[in-house]
Amino acid sequence: MFDDSRPIFMQLADRIADDILRGTYAEEEQVPSTNELAAYLRINPATAGKALNRLVDAGILYKRRGIGMFVSGGAKALIEGERQQGFVQHYIAPLLAEAKNLGLDTADIIRLIEQAEAAPTPAARPDREPAS
Amino acid sequence: MTAVIETRGLTRSYRGQAALEDVTLDIEQGVITGLLGRNGAGKTTLMSLITAQDRPSSGIVRVNGTEPFEHAEAIEQMCFVRDNQRYPDDYKLKHAIRAAAIFYPNWSQPLADRLVELFRIPTKPIIKKFSRGQLSALGIVLGLASRSPITFFDEPYLGLDATARHIFYDELLADYAEHPRTIILSTHLIDEMDRLLERVIVLDRGRVLRHADVEELRGGAYQLAGRATAVDGFASGRTVLSRRAIGALATVVVEGRLTAEDRAAAAEAGLDVATVSLQELVAAYGLGDSLGGDTGTDTGSGTREPVDRDMHSERSGS
Repeated sequence: MFDDSRPIFMQLADRIADDILRGTYAEEEQVPSTNELAAYLRINPATAGKALNRLVDAGILYKRRGIGMFVSGGAKALIEGERQQGFVQHYIAPLLAEAKNLGLDTADIIRLIEQAEAAPTPAARPDREPAS
Repeated sequence: MTAVIETRGLTRSYRGQAALEDVTLDIEQGVITGLLGRNGAGKTTLMSLITAQDRPSSGIVRVNGTEPFEHAEAIEQMCFVRDNQRYPDDYKLKHAIRAAAIFYPNWSQPLADRLVELFRIPTKPIIKKFSRGQLSALGIVLGLASRSPITFFDEPYLGLDATARHIFYDELLADYAEHPRTIILSTHLIDEMDRLLERVIVLDRGRVLRHADVEELRGGAYQLAGRATAVDGFASGRTVLSRRAIGALATVVVEGRLTAEDRAAAAEAGLDVATVSLQELVAAYGLGDSLGGDTGTDTGSGTREPVDRDMHSERSGS
């Protein structure tokens, strides 16, 4: 569920963002509280709180005093924008590095992408951050 | 954050052997702190000194600003569950529960009853006949139901099966969420318990190596593997915590975080980079000076993150 590459609060924040992208939490819907997340995931409440606050700081969640945390209007677009920026760093850059190792140039890569698109092979979804 | 426990230059020697040496810590109120380190690192000694079950050779302990030794009001605020807790010979479960209910001002009988049920602690036999796991479960019941403002658990999981350990983690988090308090627990099961913690103290040979947020330590070291010359070249000037080699190949654990440029340089040098779990990091710290050589010196070259907001946890020079 969590790995050792990054602090858990960051991983949890990304997971909640994933859930918003997939529509598990709709915009203006309430998300679980710090204590609910902590109990469910067996993590320290401070860690869960940090994850929620990170999303509040990013404008993805907002607080309603005395009630809880809610998904902001426009949160989905916000996350998509952020993820597209990350796409270069997390997917394109490692792709280029490996291509260089294999002696593939950009034209080769494009050809391979087109081939893969034409005949998709079921691939494991890569981690958002390279494991190495 | 306010420090509920302060130690200043805390030292405890037994027959000239220092079990704890010059330990200066501020432990924050309302935080779950893990006490990590090898056997003999001084974890139990530190907990005994804070709870006034032992006296320091030198240095000071303060709990809520007062020295706890022979101060009932400070001692009443604390519950220390020892891993080898002793009970009077004729005690059964109900006697231990009754005694705890009298002793701890915040005792919760409903919680105690529920936990006894969950852990299936037997009521008939005397505690002396309990198995290791039953003894641990009883300690957990007393520690949690005491709802002491400061609660210490010394390796509370000994002999517990996986189900019972998960009950402990769930109950600890649930009761802590409802009744926030200061909890300090020593553990070797770091992979299993690190998520319960907010802060960690890493002890080695009686000294504090690190006192930091667990989240700052997670990912606070990495492993490099490849040709020994390339590994050592990359590691030179960085803080190497452990090194293993076979033939021309070497693997090192390096303290710090990799920048994007570091990653690129490592890839360029043909090195494999892997993450290091908190458990592996603590194990590497436990190797201490056995590393030798000159790669282990902290040159302060800026590769280290400012891991500590308290100042007192700088690694003692290696």
